[in-house]
Amino acid sequence: MENNNLIQLENIKKIYKVGETQVNALKGVSSAIKGGDFVAIMGPSGSGKSTLMNIIGCLDRPTEGKYLLEGEEVSTLDKNKLARIRNKKIGFVFQTFNLLARTTALENTELPLMYSNVPRKKTRDLAYKALSLVGLEGRELHRTNQLSGGEQQRAAIARALVNNPSLILADEPTGNLDTKTGKEIIDIFKKLNEGKHITVILVTHEQEIAQIAHRRIHLRDGQIIKEEHA
Amino acid sequence: MNIMRTIRVALRALSRNKMRSFLTALGIIIGVGAVIAMVSIGQGAKSNVEKRFESMGTNLLFVHAGSRSFRGRHGGGGTYQNLTPNDAKAILERADAVEYVSPNVSTRAQVIYGNKNWNTSIQGAGENYTKIRNWRVEEGIFFDEQMVKSGQKVAVLGSEVSENLFEGADPIGQIIRIKKIPFSVIGVLETKGEAGGWHSRDDMIVIPYTTAQRRLVGRPDRVSSIDISAVSAAKTAEATEQIEEILRIQHKIAPGAEDDFHVRNMADVAESFAESTKTLTFLLGGIASVSLLVGGIGIMNIMLVSVTERIREIGIRMSVGARERDILFQFLAEAIVLSLLGGILGIILGIGGSRLIARIAGWQTLVSMGSIALAFLFAGSVGVFFGFYPARKASKLDPIEALRYE
Ligand SMILES: Nc1ncnc2c1ncn2[C@@H]1O[C@H](COP(=O)(O)OP(=O)(O)O)[C@@H](O)[C@H]1O
Ligand SMILES: [Mg+2]
Repeated sequence: MENNNLIQLENIKKIYKVGETQVNALKGVSSAIKGGDFVAIMGPSGSGKSTLMNIIGCLDRPTEGKYLLEGEEVSTLDKNKLARIRNKKIGFVFQTFNLLARTTALENTELPLMYSNVPRKKTRDLAYKALSLVGLEGRELHRTNQLSGGEQQRAAIARALVNNPSLILADEPTGNLDTKTGKEIIDIFKKLNEGKHITVILVTHEQEIAQIAHRRIHLRDGQIIKEEHA
Repeated sequence: MNIMRTIRVALRALSRNKMRSFLTALGIIIGVGAVIAMVSIGQGAKSNVEKRFESMGTNLLFVHAGSRSFRGRHGGGGTYQNLTPNDAKAILERADAVEYVSPNVSTRAQVIYGNKNWNTSIQGAGENYTKIRNWRVEEGIFFDEQMVKSGQKVAVLGSEVSENLFEGADPIGQIIRIKKIPFSVIGVLETKGEAGGWHSRDDMIVIPYTTAQRRLVGRPDRVSSIDISAVSAAKTAEATEQIEEILRIQHKIAPGAEDDFHVRNMADVAESFAESTKTLTFLLGGIASVSLLVGGIGIMNIMLVSVTERIREIGIRMSVGARERDILFQFLAEAIVLSLLGGILGIILGIGGSRLIARIAGWQTLVSMGSIALAFLFAGSVGVFFGFYPARKASKLDPIEALRYE
């Protein structure tokens, strides 16, 4: 693999068309992220953080530019191949948790395994393990509406890590949580990064959280304006 | 996702909204139920007719006066009489595919016994009439060749006539009056029952055709029709040809000229009845299918609502790696499971309905395995057909837009 980069972005542009007007959400972003890294992406609202995360997470494709994931060009893959990559290599954690309603933490955690044909018994075991890793032991069969915000986000993290991805992306994962709970969530990411060598990229506004990362990328108006290394 | 898992996920999704699932399936339940019940009426009528024809004998042939093209107006009525007892004799002697013949003279008459009066059909016939018609004599005897030849005034009663005139008393040996002429009763026929929509076959009296000609209709040289039995059911076609050839010679019909008689066999008659019951079945089934169609549209409607309600769920599933076809199959499975469950309940409802119709209306109904299988298949197809559009719509969603949907 080319200089051991997990992610390589070359001049990524994203243009949204809204009626007649165009929004240049990303105006040429280039960067490289190594496997096992812990990166924080920062920047004001509307600077393109989520857009970038969606592209890195293979939920969206850039309008222009090259994106290599583990050395493979993914910006030109079709929808189904992107779905495969999301399933096998990437775990996504959202600000709003995005758990299935009226469904247990366990069922939510099992979801990625359902789409990769893991046998039933193994699916169950892996989901239990992931839930215990994020500290939800004993809560597996609680429905999502019976869980607190912090617990819901833990379940979402369990879901993100259950299929053993090489990359976890978190877009403002603490945005809907109080400071203390937010810290606990960040600690989980840290544990995953250090213990399991999963690459973590998270978007945050909070300086304190960003300090934990090895590296901070600052965005403004769809461009990287500054990078810091710890 | 594999099939079992897809079905399990579909069942879970449906059970989350039980009332709505049931109401959605109701269209299918009623549709399938209606199809099963309606078709059972048609099939019941069909099997009824078939049974009747079987009891009459499938090697039966009739010769009527009048050309085939006049059949509707002149056939069987006896108004256009050019068949003679000699024709019958010639057929019996010369057609080797023919086993029995019976010259027939039919009329209606008032019958009196004691103070009882009954208007019924009088059938003048030959001595082999019961053998041709596959009809047993329940009591007494049938008239023989000798009685026919000498034109004796003897009568064999249909069971209904016997019941009406004698009310359970023994009729054998009694004297009845047909058109004021005394006849002595020598036998009673077994009960045959109605013949698919015809009047009762038991409401009639059989007398020697010679007697009927001389005493009742006053045309000793003519018969209204000739009943014939072929030696076997397989020989009916051959017998028909032989009879036609013989009668053309008897009636001196020039080659190419139209016959002044026509031969029909039981298979033809049975077929035309089968045809009409088939039409009935299709008609009833067709009407009921419309309700199944309406049920299908109901499913599509609810599935579309369901897709809209669950856009976020679809986005979540896509974000963790569900492909287009995973989503497609998930929603398709829900539609199919829904309509198949509806189909099963509909089959139960249809069987119950057909029993109820049989009980209340007194019609014979028949629920065949074929119609159950067909209804089930139909319900499944409705699920596929009407579930496909909403499912496809769901699968084509963009993951990001779906996740952002409020
Ligand atoms: N689907 C979209 N359609 C049109 N414009 C969009 C869309 N998504 C994002 N944008 C625009 O792109 C810019 C970057 O948005 P986003 O990446 O969400 O920013 P951030 O996450 O940093 O707040 C914003 O101006 C936003 O309005
Ligand atoms: Mg954002």
